[in-house]
Amino acid sequence: MSFFRRSPQKAVISTATRRTAKDLRVGEAGTICCLEDPEMALKLLEMGCVPGVQVRLSGRAPLGDPLMLVLGDQEYTLSVRASEAATILLKE
Amino acid sequence: MAVTAGSSTTAAIAAPQAGPEAGARPLRIALIGNPNSGKTSLFNQLTGLNQKVGNFPGVTVDRKTGVAQLTATQRAEIIDLPGTYSLYPKSLDEKVITDLLYDKAADNYPDFVVVTVDANNLRRSLLLFTQLGDLGLPAVLALNMMDVAERHGVNIDLPALERELGVPIIPMNARKGIGVAALKIVMAQRLDTPPVRFWQPDEKLLPLVRQIRYYFNLHNDYLALHYAQQYRQISFLSAEDKVHIQELTQQAGFDATAAQAAETIGRYGRINEILLETVTVVRTEKREPISNRIDKVLTHRVGGYLIFLSILFLLFQAIFAWAQYPMDWIDQGISGLSAAIQANFSGPLVRLLTEGVLAGLGGVLVFIPQIALLFGFLAVLEETGYMARVTFLMDKLMRPFGLSGKSVVPLISGLACAVPAIMGARVIESWKDRMITIFVTPLMSCSARIPVYTVLVALVVPDQAAWGIFNLRGVALMSLYLLGLFSALGSAWALKKLLKARERSYFIMEFPVYQWPRWKNVGLTIYQKVSAFVMQAGRVIVAISVLLWVLASYGPGRQQATAEAQARQQATTRGWDAAETSRQVASARLETSYAGKFGHVLEPAIRPLGYDWKIGIALLTSFAAREVFVGTISTIYSVGQDADMGTLQQKLSAEKDANGQPFFTPARAFSLLVFYVFAMQCMSTLAVTYRETKSWKWPLAQLIYMTGLAYVAAFVVYQVLA
Repeated sequence: MSFFRRSPQKAVISTATRRTAKDLRVGEAGTICCLEDPEMALKLLEMGCVPGVQVRLSGRAPLGDPLMLVLGDQEYTLSVRASEAATILLKE
Repeated sequence: MAVTAGSSTTAAIAAPQAGPEAGARPLRIALIGNPNSGKTSLFNQLTGLNQKVGNFPGVTVDRKTGVAQLTATQRAEIIDLPGTYSLYPKSLDEKVITDLLYDKAADNYPDFVVVTVDANNLRRSLLLFTQLGDLGLPAVLALNMMDVAERHGVNIDLPALERELGVPIIPMNARKGIGVAALKIVMAQRLDTPPVRFWQPDEKLLPLVRQIRYYFNLHNDYLALHYAQQYRQISFLSAEDKVHIQELTQQAGFDATAAQAAETIGRYGRINEILLETVTVVRTEKREPISNRIDKVLTHRVGGYLIFLSILFLLFQAIFAWAQYPMDWIDQGISGLSAAIQANFSGPLVRLLTEGVLAGLGGVLVFIPQIALLFGFLAVLEETGYMARVTFLMDKLMRPFGLSGKSVVPLISGLACAVPAIMGARVIESWKDRMITIFVTPLMSCSARIPVYTVLVALVVPDQAAWGIFNLRGVALMSLYLLGLFSALGSAWALKKLLKARERSYFIMEFPVYQWPRWKNVGLTIYQKVSAFVMQAGRVIVAISVLLWVLASYGPGRQQATAEAQARQQATTRGWDAAETSRQVASARLETSYAGKFGHVLEPAIRPLGYDWKIGIALLTSFAAREVFVGTISTIYSVGQDADMGTLQQKLSAEKDANGQPFFTPARAFSLLVFYVFAMQCMSTLAVTYRETKSWKWPLAQLIYMTGLAYVAAFVVYQVLA
C-alpha cells in the first residue's frame, strides 16, 4: 500500500525529516501523510485518521500520555497513546 | 438546517408491505451504528419497556431485542447490535455483527437495518454505512443529533444525500424522540436492496473473490471479499470450508491488511465526493466546542484526578449513607411482617415461611437500593461521556500493573458485580490486558459483599465520628474496598510478569461529546439491573434459604430428639430458667441437624481462622453467592434464637461462645471480613470467566488463588488480633 512507510517511495520521504502526531505541541495542527504500522493503521483508518486529514493535538493526559487528537474541522476527538500517535506521520 | 425530506423519502421505498408472506412473521430489523451515535437512545425510543436482554447464540454478548409498534397493526422485532466503526470486527462484541449479517440463511437474519449516523461525524459514520450498503442490505439511515449539527453550522442537503446514498434518510434527535414517528412509518414499508454501490474490490482481487463467491453461492462480490478477509472468525463455516478459503487466499497471494486498508481509503474517497456535493459547514463560533473546553477542566493534571476522586467519594457516600434509609425500611418491614405472622399463627409451615422464605427474601430485597444507586451512577457517568475521560486519565497509571485505561471501567463496574464487569472487559482488544482484567476483577469488592461488610462492621465497629468529619464505620468500609483494590492491582502486576504477551495493546478510542444524561436510559438500566438481580440471584438465594432452613431444622435419625432430651434433663439438674432452657434446646437441635453435621466436618479446617461450625455452614452455602452468607446466618441464628428476636444484628450480638462471652469479637469479625474481601465465593463469576476465556484454566486459577489468599489473610488477621 502506498501510504505505508514500508513501501520504498514513502520510506525515502519520511526518513528525510520525520515528524509524527506525537511531536505536535499542544494546540498545534498538522496534516496526516501516511501511517507507519499496518496493523495499527487499520484501526486508525476506521477511526478517520485518513491521509490528508488534519489533526490537532488538543491536550495530553496529566501524566503526559495518552494524547487527545482533534480530527478534521473540529469534528471529533480521539484519545491515543503516545506510542500510537508516533505511527501517524505528518506532511511537511 | 432545511429539512425537506418529507416527500423524497418515499422515493426509495417500494410499495407498502403486502402479499402472502407479510403476515407470516413480524419484520425483523437490526439497529447498527458507531458507538456514541445515539443507538441506545433510539432503541429505547422504539421499544420502550418492551425489551429483553438475552445472549447471542454461542457467545455471551448481550443481545438486546425489543418489539416496536410501527403502525396500529404492524409490529417489528428490533435487534440492538453492539456499536462498531466498521464491518471488520476488532473485538468479540463486534464479531456478533458479522456473524449475523454474513449468513442470509440464519434464523435471525434481519429484513433490513436501521443505521444510526451522527450528523456531526458524517464522514466517519458513513464508512460503516457504505459497507452495509455494499453487502446489499436494505437500509434506512437515521441521521441523529441533528440539533447539535445545526448548532455547529453543519448544513446537510437531505434530498441530495438521499439520492447519493440510495436509501431513505430520517433526520432525528433520538434523545428527544424527534423523528421517531417518521422513522417508524418508513420502517413499516418494505425496503428493497439499495441500488447504489459505493466501492468495488480491486480488479486484481476479482479472480479470488469470484472463486469464493461461486463456491459458497454468495449474492455479491463484497460479501465474498469479507469471507476472504475473515474466514477464520466466521462461526458458521465448517473446518473444510475454512481450509478451502485459506488455500484460495494463499494461491492468490492475498494480503488481508493491505486490502482492508485500500478498501477503507477507497471508501473515504467516495464519501468525501458525496459529502462535497451535499454538506456545507459554516462555523459560526470561532471558539472551541464546549466539550473541548469542559475537557480542559475534567482532564486537568490536578483537577482531573481531584474531580474523579470526588465522584468516587460521592458514589460511596450514596451507596453507604443514602441507601441506608430505604434499606432500613425494607429490613423493618420484613421483620415486622415475620413477627406479625408468628404472633398469629404457628406450626412447621409458618416457621418455614418466616424463617426460610421471608428471611431469604429479606436478604434479596434489602440489596435493591444499593444496586439501583450504583448502576444509576455508572449509567449517568457513561451517558454523559465522562467514563471515556476516566479511561484517558487512568491509562498511564494502570499500565505498570499490566492493565490499560480500558480496564478501569470493568474494575469500577466490578464494584457492582463481577459478572457484567468481566463481560465488559470485552472492549479491551489486547488478549493479555483482557485476561489480567478478567482475573483480578473479582477482587474488587462487589455489591454482594456489601451486606456481609455492613452486618459485620456494624457489629464490631462503633458508630462514632473519626477525625471530625468521617464516620468510623465508613472508614472501615472504605478500608475494605481499598484492600480489595490494592490486592487487584498487586495481582495484576504479578500476572503481568507471568503472562507472555502475544500481541500489543491498543488504546485508540473516541471521546464522546459531553451531554446531559437521558434519564429514561438511566431509569431503564436501573430497572434492568435490579430485575436481573431479583430474578436471577434472588431465586438462588431464596431457594438456598429454604434448603438451609430444612437442613437446619431436621437431622439424621433420632439424634435430634435424643439431644433435646439431654438438654432438658440438664436444664432440670442445673435449674435453668425457661428462656435459657429453650435456647439450649434449640442449640442442641441445630448442632445435631444435617447442617450442624456439615459445619462440624468443616470446623477443623477453619478453626485457625477463628470460625466455628455455624460460620462453616455459612461459608459453604455462600460459595454459591456471597450474599447468601447473610441469609444463612440469619436462618441459622433465628433457629438458634427466640422467635421474637428483631434484626439480624441483634441476633448476632446476642450470640455467646462457650464461656458466655460475645461470640463475634473484633478478631473474628475482621477475620471474616478479610476472608470475604479475597475469597472467590461466587459461582456466577466462575461461570462467566469460563465463558469469556473459553477454558477452565482461568476460573480454576481464580478459585484456587483467591481462596488461598483469603485463607492466609484471614488466618493472619485472626492470629494477630485474637
